[in-house]
Amino acid sequence: MDLIAVQSVRVARSRSDLALAPGEAVIGGGTWLYSEEQAHVTGIVDLLGMPWQPVTRSADALTLAATCTIQTLRDLPDSPLFLQCADSLLASWKIQRVATVGGNIALSLPAGSMTSLAVALDATLVLWTATAERRVPAADFVTGVQSNVLEPGEVIRAIEIPLESLGSSGFRRIALSPLGRTGTLVIARPGLFTISGGTHRPHQLRFEHWPSAHALAAAVDAIDDWYDDAHGSPDWRQAMSRRFALELLEELA
Amino acid sequence: MKFEVNGSPVEVTPTPGQVLRSLLRDLEHFDVKKGCDAGDCGACSVLLDGAPVHSCIYPAHRLDGASVTTVAGLGMPEAPHPLQQAFVAAGGFQCGFCTAGMIVTASTFSAADRQDLPRLLKGNLCRCTGYRSIEDAICGVANTEIAPIGDAAGRSVAPPAALRVVTGREPYTLDLHTTALLHVAVLGSPLAHARIVSIDTGPALALPGVHAILDYRDSPATLFSTGRHEHRTDDPDDTLVFDRVLRFRNQRVAAVVADSVAIATLALDAIVVEYEELPAVFDPHIARSPGAPLLHAEKGPQSRIAAPQRNTVAEFHGETGDVEAAIAAADAVVTGVWRTQRVNHAALETHAARGWLDAVGRLVIRTSSQVPFLVRDELCHIFGLRKDAVRVFTARVGGGFGGKQELFTEDLVALAVRATGRPVQYEFTRVDEFTRASPRHPMRVEVTLAAASDGTLTAMVIDQLMDTGAYGNHGIGVLYHSIHESISVYRCANKRVDAQSVYTNNLPSGAFRGYGLGQVIYAIESAMDELARKLHIDPFELRRRNVIVPGDTMVVTDPHVESDLGIESYGLDQCLDLVEKALARVDARPGTPAGFRLGTGMAIAMIATLPPNGHFAEATVTLLEDGRYEIAVGTAEFGNGTTTVHAQLVATALGTTVERISIKQSDTDVAAYDTGAFGSAGVVVAGKALLAAAHDLAAQIAVEGSIPGLVGHGANDGTPRSVSFNVHAFRVAVQPETGEVRILQSIQAADAGTVLNPEQLRGQIEGGTAQAIGTALYEEMTMDGEGRVLTTAFRNYHVPQFADVPRTEVYFADTHDDLGPLGAKSMSEAPYNPVAPALANAIRDAMGVRSYELPMSRDRLWRLANS
Repeated sequence: MDLIAVQSVRVARSRSDLALAPGEAVIGGGTWLYSEEQAHVTGIVDLLGMPWQPVTRSADALTLAATCTIQTLRDLPDSPLFLQCADSLLASWKIQRVATVGGNIALSLPAGSMTSLAVALDATLVLWTATAERRVPAADFVTGVQSNVLEPGEVIRAIEIPLESLGSSGFRRIALSPLGRTGTLVIARPGLFTISGGTHRPHQLRFEHWPSAHALAAAVDAIDDWYDDAHGSPDWRQAMSRRFALELLEELA
Repeated sequence: MKFEVNGSPVEVTPTPGQVLRSLLRDLEHFDVKKGCDAGDCGACSVLLDGAPVHSCIYPAHRLDGASVTTVAGLGMPEAPHPLQQAFVAAGGFQCGFCTAGMIVTASTFSAADRQDLPRLLKGNLCRCTGYRSIEDAICGVANTEIAPIGDAAGRSVAPPAALRVVTGREPYTLDLHTTALLHVAVLGSPLAHARIVSIDTGPALALPGVHAILDYRDSPATLFSTGRHEHRTDDPDDTLVFDRVLRFRNQRVAAVVADSVAIATLALDAIVVEYEELPAVFDPHIARSPGAPLLHAEKGPQSRIAAPQRNTVAEFHGETGDVEAAIAAADAVVTGVWRTQRVNHAALETHAARGWLDAVGRLVIRTSSQVPFLVRDELCHIFGLRKDAVRVFTARVGGGFGGKQELFTEDLVALAVRATGRPVQYEFTRVDEFTRASPRHPMRVEVTLAAASDGTLTAMVIDQLMDTGAYGNHGIGVLYHSIHESISVYRCANKRVDAQSVYTNNLPSGAFRGYGLGQVIYAIESAMDELARKLHIDPFELRRRNVIVPGDTMVVTDPHVESDLGIESYGLDQCLDLVEKALARVDARPGTPAGFRLGTGMAIAMIATLPPNGHFAEATVTLLEDGRYEIAVGTAEFGNGTTTVHAQLVATALGTTVERISIKQSDTDVAAYDTGAFGSAGVVVAGKALLAAAHDLAAQIAVEGSIPGLVGHGANDGTPRSVSFNVHAFRVAVQPETGEVRILQSIQAADAGTVLNPEQLRGQIEGGTAQAIGTALYEEMTMDGEGRVLTTAFRNYHVPQFADVPRTEVYFADTHDDLGPLGAKSMSEAPYNPVAPALANAIRDAMGVRSYELPMSRDRLWRLANS
């Protein structure tokens, strides 16, 4: 929808353009920002002008620019999780062609499956201001519903996925309808179960070895921030998460 | 900035924050629709450099150098794109408001993509069809036909507007340019119950581009109801254009009239209002109890509120026979309390109206209404105008489902036009649809049934409580309808019915497909299922033993009541047989998925063929100079398909083809009168009037010869009335460990009398089934208990997607109704009604335990299975 309070739009083309004036908000694809009223956004800074390669590879990491589209990620061959997480979004495939990986993480909604992916793969987020850079584990980025560690004027620059995370994985998801918004999403890798979608923030359950079913269930049950909205009740989300974690344990271990 | 639209260069400077959708519409590409304005529904889809995007969330500042293709750019009526032709051939739309985005999106599909339609169409919602006909269109299946001369009735002819709809040429309510148009934004009440102490509009009025601000001081003093009926006294007079007392959150406080929606909306912040908060009540049971805050206590008997001192807008209490004695003597008794939720109509075109003064100073309103004549009459009542001083008309309307049998925008537009002398538009946002429009009435229905061991029903006890919300629009009619055909379909010597329609400070409820019947049918048919279990009688057989048959009187609680409703034709027996046979078919029985349990269930529904108390239509058919015919009829087209049937009826009566019929409709200037398209009346009232007009014209031609200008006249008064029947059954698999329901087989049989257009009738049944599956499994407007709606976008209110809707086997009973045109009965609300209880009964069969509330969401079913 038209954002009626917006009085200026500028396209960021270099790092110095990232310095924000009061009321300015950055967009990647913009597909969420333009989908709701934004009474307090008076200016837009479009990151799609930044000269960032969508996908780069090094000896030990696959790095996605924040502005890499979800479609681009979906088409990468490195992990089945890319497609599974892309298709977990409520947004249609048409939106996935415009929406960005970094935008979905920065939005920090419980059902943001790019957050699920980054956390499950132990990714590191590179955060930029116009002048500074810092790196935070994806697992520590989201702090609550639509809340994260970004400081004013700070943007996500990149998502660094360690290649060593791209081994075997398991994936489970459920919503209240076949293709609905995520109720809960569970991803398992050796030693790591990531519970998200049904909680205020993602949770990593890490074990030195494959845990016992009892220990895994206890770890899931220790989570205490199950989310309550139109996409599922907290008790159901908890039960589905436990069920999926145990299924994945049986499948992978 | 320069870019291309449909091959033509444009140079334009979008406003900061503007999206592609609104820019395209500013450029008069009206084929690009606003469905949700949030990226959820896909109605606005266009191709951007060859790939589809949701234009409502695509920033316009990125368009420099781009190439945009809209549905109108894909083809034109004379030379349609193959997919556009395929949508016509398949009958792939009803209202057609989603069609532009659907075709644009599907135009990019490969043959292989046809296997992936659930995912690929996730972002394209259709509220009318149930998607079967859309899949047919994409896969090249043709369902419509060209009718031979004089033989259109009974054939699957395509809608007259089909080629225009699929090529984006058919204008909807706001699809036209108006010079110097002003726009309205409305300040909503932040409180659920309050009195306005003071308003200061001065600072807002001083803002550039603001032309007027309207509030209670500008409102006519005439009380009315937004709900519209043939008799205005059918609804309570409890509403004002602007009221000083606010009875629900987001009720109109003031409106800004300005050069643009943006200016008007931004000016709202400058209006200073002081409120005196009043005690509020949100639970209808508390609201009817002593000591509750009262909403309309100051109103007298002239408002026609049953008991303002008990917040009760309408109530019914009646008994026949001796219920207590029958229960005491029964072999089996079942009882339960069923609850239904608020359901949003989710018509893809939001409510909207545009008004202006014509050359002679008449007030003209173009609106998205099902009832233009009733809107005109009520505007005349509110503003003290003569009927010849107001014209109301509709273009094609993007979906209705009862939600547009209301006066939600036209009164404010009329006030603004009169205040400014300028053309004015008021368009609901999707959020407005959830917070200002009226959803289906939530109900609590307690049912007790008693029977003898042979299955004979001996007692029915119904106690119904409905939350009509802050205003009583349809709060009376829905109450009486809810307890009629749902109960009178059963022969039973002892019946007691209590029903109350109660004001609360919640969002007002309103007319919804089925008009109250569906909620009570859900409860009664669920109770019948429990009774069948208790008696060990097959559920089909239990119905056969107790339903009314020709010769029976329809009784709620008064066997001697005078009524114009009768069983003029009867196909319930055939419907029961057809569905039972389809359900028993061996090839329809799949294996059980691992972890799932199978179940089957069925339910029946009866509905009057049209509303009571009179429904009127006057229509004409004119012989034109070129030998063609012109229909003039008042009925609006919003996906009901009535216009197609009207053309078929007239072409058949005059021995011509539908292509030689041109149609003028839904305009108070075009036809003398039409009560409107609600209560499924479009075919059986206006259709009969048109058929009479065609016969009148044929008789004149027989006497005088084919003289151009001859006019045949026809009228119908909508009485007496008959009944239609629907039976639905499901086979489901339920996974108790997750609550997931898979529909393995869906069957509906309909008794619609003579089938005038098989493909359209099938489409109405499939669409009603899909909407009811949404009600049964997914859709719920949640409230916070203090009058706030929490689900205000499609992303949080799950309208069924392609992936959610199974194919339904559709069967027709072979009947003929002497009251209807060529033997036809109505069939647009009816298919919705038996679906939720049939699904509930199937899920009960699978799970071994019953759910008593809708929607039967996965989390609820999981909790039920594990409690």
